[in-house]
Amino acid sequence: MSSFSRFKAFELDVLKEVGNIGAGNAATALSRLLDKPVDMAVPKVSLLPFEEVADRVGGSEQVVIAVYLRVEGDAPGNMFFIIQEEAAKRLLGQLISLASEDPDSYSEMEMSALCEIGNILAGSYLSSLADLTQLLMAPSVPSVARDMAGPILTYGLMQYGEMGDSALLIETTFLEDKEELEGHFFLIPDPDSFSKIFKALGVETE
Amino acid sequence: MIQQDVIKVGMADLKWATGGANLRTTGLGSCVGLTLYDPVARIAGMAHVMLPSSEIARESTMNIAKYADTAIPELIGQMKASGAAVGRLVAKMAGGAQMFAFSGQSDSMRIGPRNVESCMEILVNYSIPVLGQDTGGNYGRTIEIDSSSGVLTIRSVQFGIKEI
Repeated sequence: MSSFSRFKAFELDVLKEVGNIGAGNAATALSRLLDKPVDMAVPKVSLLPFEEVADRVGGSEQVVIAVYLRVEGDAPGNMFFIIQEEAAKRLLGQLISLASEDPDSYSEMEMSALCEIGNILAGSYLSSLADLTQLLMAPSVPSVARDMAGPILTYGLMQYGEMGDSALLIETTFLEDKEELEGHFFLIPDPDSFSKIFKALGVETE
Repeated sequence: MIQQDVIKVGMADLKWATGGANLRTTGLGSCVGLTLYDPVARIAGMAHVMLPSSEIARESTMNIAKYADTAIPELIGQMKASGAAVGRLVAKMAGGAQMFAFSGQSDSMRIGPRNVESCMEILVNYSIPVLGQDTGGNYGRTIEIDSSSGVLTIRSVQFGIKEI
């Protein structure tokens, strides 16, 4: 596993499907929580230079709410559910009528609720993936942060740091009534997990 | 007002500046933003260090700006070549946070504190004094150093702006 740039188009398609199934289930879970339809964009699988990863959610300094889970088990990795602040407040309002007046501050209760939403969504993402691959994929206790997108996402890229300047990630975006909810899912498998995922799905790799 | 030049230092990148230009790096989490400054020649250098040691490097072409133990010597070398004196250099650093904390964490997840320790050790080897640092915690930082004064400005979402 020296380089990911040699992944074939077919293999990238397989990873896209992985994102599709995982995020599809998460979207269904979110839709049940909100009691309204939630759509998702076609997943993107990309090998991105570290610098550009945060650009996907508005840039390195963009303040976002992120729920992070470490995936443990057969195919370890990192998972992030990232939403913009506006969307987070809207989500809180719709879900638990919790949104406070102040758009710039979050109570402990609000953060905890967001963490739980992320946890439910990530859990359904991972369990569908585990069903599909028959691999053990167990999420850690979730952790939530409100901070700049750059440092948050970099946290999940460390395993790639020692082997190059880019990381392979599977990204899905949620849409609500065609309007972007600005909910992003990032699954960043550890570099060594890809061969296990491929093998579990019956994809021949050299 | 005179527009100040701001030179961007990317992730796992290092640069130096002089003539009043500023060096800036964004989104430091567990990474460490290490700055060196020669107050006489007014040359500032900045490295955005991602990992503590190049010993773990598995890449084919190593990016020396990524590891503390290779980035700092390289930055010193470049600054020396541009007129800075090693004996006059002073250091400041920020970053090395732990964005998410879990119990029973593996060592690879403790990367922030290890980055800071590694930078410190190397600076001690070069006898470069550390004038200030804003490290640790669980939040991200953006930093900017002014090559005319050596003042390091640190910005974070929770604590706003701070100068060291």
